[in-house]
Amino acid sequence: MLKQLFKFKGGVKPPTNKTQSTTLPIAGAPIPSRLVVPLHQSIGGTPRPVVQAGDTVLKGQLIGEADGWISAAVHAPTSGTVVDVGMYVQPHPSGLDAQCVVIEPDGRDQWIAHAPFDYAHATPDAVRHYLQQSGVVGLGGAVFPTHGKLTASKTVPMDELIINGAECEPFITCDDLLMRERAEDVVRGIGVFRDLLKPKKVLIGIEDNKPEAAAAMRAAVNALGEQFLVVQVPTLYPAGGAKQLIRVLTGKEVPASKRSTDLGVQCFNVATAYTAWCAIATGQPVISRLVTVSGNVQAPRNYEVLIGTPMGELLQLGQPHPDTDGIVMGGPMMGFLVPNDTVPVVKATNCLIAHSERLFPPKAPEMPCIRCGACGEACPHELQPFELYWNARARNFGKTQEFHIFDCIECGCCSFVCPSRIPLVQYFRFAKSEIWAREREKNAADEAKVRFEFKQYREEREKAEKAEKLAKAAAAQAAKKAAEAAAIAAVESPSETPAPAPTEATGNTPLPAVDPAQDAKKAAIAAAMARAKAQREAAQPKNTETLNADQARELADIEARRQQAGIVEARTAVPPPSDAATQKAE
Amino acid sequence: MDILLAIAIMALGAVVLGAALGYASIKFKVEGDPLVEKIEAILPQTQCGQCGYPGCKPYAEAIAKGECDINLCPPGGMEGVQRLADLLGREVKPLEAEEKPKQVAIIDENTCIGCTLCIQACPVDAIVGAAKQMHTIIAQQCTGCELCLPPCPVECIRMDTLTENIDNWKWKFPVIKIKPEARQAAPLEDAA
Ligand code: SF4
Ligand code: SF4
Ligand code: SF4
Repeated sequence: MLKQLFKFKGGVKPPTNKTQSTTLPIAGAPIPSRLVVPLHQSIGGTPRPVVQAGDTVLKGQLIGEADGWISAAVHAPTSGTVVDVGMYVQPHPSGLDAQCVVIEPDGRDQWIAHAPFDYAHATPDAVRHYLQQSGVVGLGGAVFPTHGKLTASKTVPMDELIINGAECEPFITCDDLLMRERAEDVVRGIGVFRDLLKPKKVLIGIEDNKPEAAAAMRAAVNALGEQFLVVQVPTLYPAGGAKQLIRVLTGKEVPASKRSTDLGVQCFNVATAYTAWCAIATGQPVISRLVTVSGNVQAPRNYEVLIGTPMGELLQLGQPHPDTDGIVMGGPMMGFLVPNDTVPVVKATNCLIAHSERLFPPKAPEMPCIRCGACGEACPHELQPFELYWNARARNFGKTQEFHIFDCIECGCCSFVCPSRIPLVQYFRFAKSEIWAREREKNAADEAKVRFEFKQYREEREKAEKAEKLAKAAAAQAAKKAAEAAAIAAVESPSETPAPAPTEATGNTPLPAVDPAQDAKKAAIAAAMARAKAQREAAQPKNTETLNADQARELADIEARRQQAGIVEARTAVPPPSDAATQKAE
Repeated sequence: MDILLAIAIMALGAVVLGAALGYASIKFKVEGDPLVEKIEAILPQTQCGQCGYPGCKPYAEAIAKGECDINLCPPGGMEGVQRLADLLGREVKPLEAEEKPKQVAIIDENTCIGCTLCIQACPVDAIVGAAKQMHTIIAQQCTGCELCLPPCPVECIRMDTLTENIDNWKWKFPVIKIKPEARQAAPLEDAA
């Protein structure tokens, strides 16, 4: 049963502050006065709202439909009335708002009809789809839709499935309590992941400062007759980072450029396994999660909280001390101060810490880097934070990438040890988001270029096509008209001039326009001329038939004069109609 | 005799190597002008013509030929000027025009008469619509070039500045206040 453990370099040991909140069992938080449920609670596409203000919803009813494969559905956490679908401030460091569904609970907490999922007879695809529809996402903090991680790589065999129960961040105890109290459901959930991924081994990593949790998990694994290995890992921040835990348990290192499945490893949080199993066993979607309430409060404890509960209301349950001046979401190492206390609990919220200056004294101002190298020693990813810092500060982003800024997990170890109190991670976050923004701009520019070039190409093509079409039409018309002209000529003057008219007509029909524009145009012009001529002949002045001698002579004179003046070619439209056809032939 | 042989060997070597070089120059020929491509990669591809050239590529070509300044592209901003200066080893100059925030065009769909004139003007096909039908702009593909504004006979297109949202929000450069503000959405990783 003994397992060889590996080590990661660096790491720090901040005061854990965990015991305060583990003395009491998990309690259910009451239904709040109002629920603000953000639609975008997971990585990937923003779910589309499927309810409107005024709708009544039941507990567990779908309110946001998954948009795309990497996206997860969102459900109403209790029954009530939708009072608004609009923009509300988010628990996000930016303090910006995003689309939320606001529900006023009716207090009945009435479930929508639901039934357990028939797991035993479902195909793997059906299970993945079901988990997506139930809104199961990674609850460790990254909120990646779980179904998206449950497809084994086709090329690399799945060696290890890692279940993360390390929970290394100070203050947070929700996974600890979950494993202590609900180990069996967690293990069943792990069983589902095992069935889908078919790994050779399943390893459950728990930090050795949680012996009760480890014992409960071992008991549950044995009771269910599973082969999972519960491994206690040394307590060292950030052992609970997915990459660190993978490193400690398997010795494999996952670079930023690769997914862990490429190395035959996949990692899930214990709470994710638990919610996946709850969704399958009860048919209830994810509408609540465990949240640790701790910090500057009188009664720290873990609560089962409905998603969308305003953080201020939840914090009141812990009776915060009067000098509380803010709420930190997440732990003290990686968390952030939320913009205000109305922001809702979301699927990523694992802990609320009441902030006060007594607990977190304000930091003294930043001093210059003295190149002591302490940050490099503490970095669990063996990066060189001071180099990253120099370059990020100088906005030399290309260089930061050479120093592997995207391998930084923003764990905060470097800032924690820096004797100059430089907020290193803030610089890294700044650099990362600048790089991403540039990437977005570059992609947009590339796309615009492609579209512009396509438009140009299309315009050229349309021009060419139009010209060709015109040419074809003209050629066809020319052929038609020429044939007509010939026919008319032939009809008009069959008796007198049998020969010339047909010859002329054939001369004018050398069609069909094999090579485009030019020829066709010429042909068209020629045909038009021929047609005009034919028409002129066809339409012999009707009044010339009944002329008396004088008039005829007069006309002949005029015609002669015109010829002399060169106005017309020797065209004798006038006297005997018979001559006309003959002369025209020349 | 020996010297003839030596000369022959050298001559043969020259011929073979010459042939190899000739072959390589054909086989590995670089198409196009790489400098123009590099310059074009820096330009924002808005195709707005504000630089005075009929598109980003002509401007890139003009820069490559040294015919014009590198500070004529307003959408590229000062950063674009800086990068061009780095690439070409030229001096950084302040931008000719005023730098504007990024914008997108929006059609007032009630006023649009469906004349299709804006569709013809848009260089990146970001407008959809048909004759006598209402038109609309695909915001993701609009580069904000403003070329669709003048042709519209009913002036129903306006430009909206892109606002920050959670998806495009950026972490700001850390500013350490001497007296820390009590409440602000700042990260707290070093508080413990
Ligand atoms: S925040 Fe990044 S650079 Fe600093 S110690 Fe953690 S991984 Fe290393
Ligand atoms: S710990 Fe701080 S002072 Fe020391 S090298 Fe790193 S950044 Fe510089
Ligand atoms: S929609 Fe208007 S502003 Fe946007 S890219 Fe097209 S022409 Fe330019």
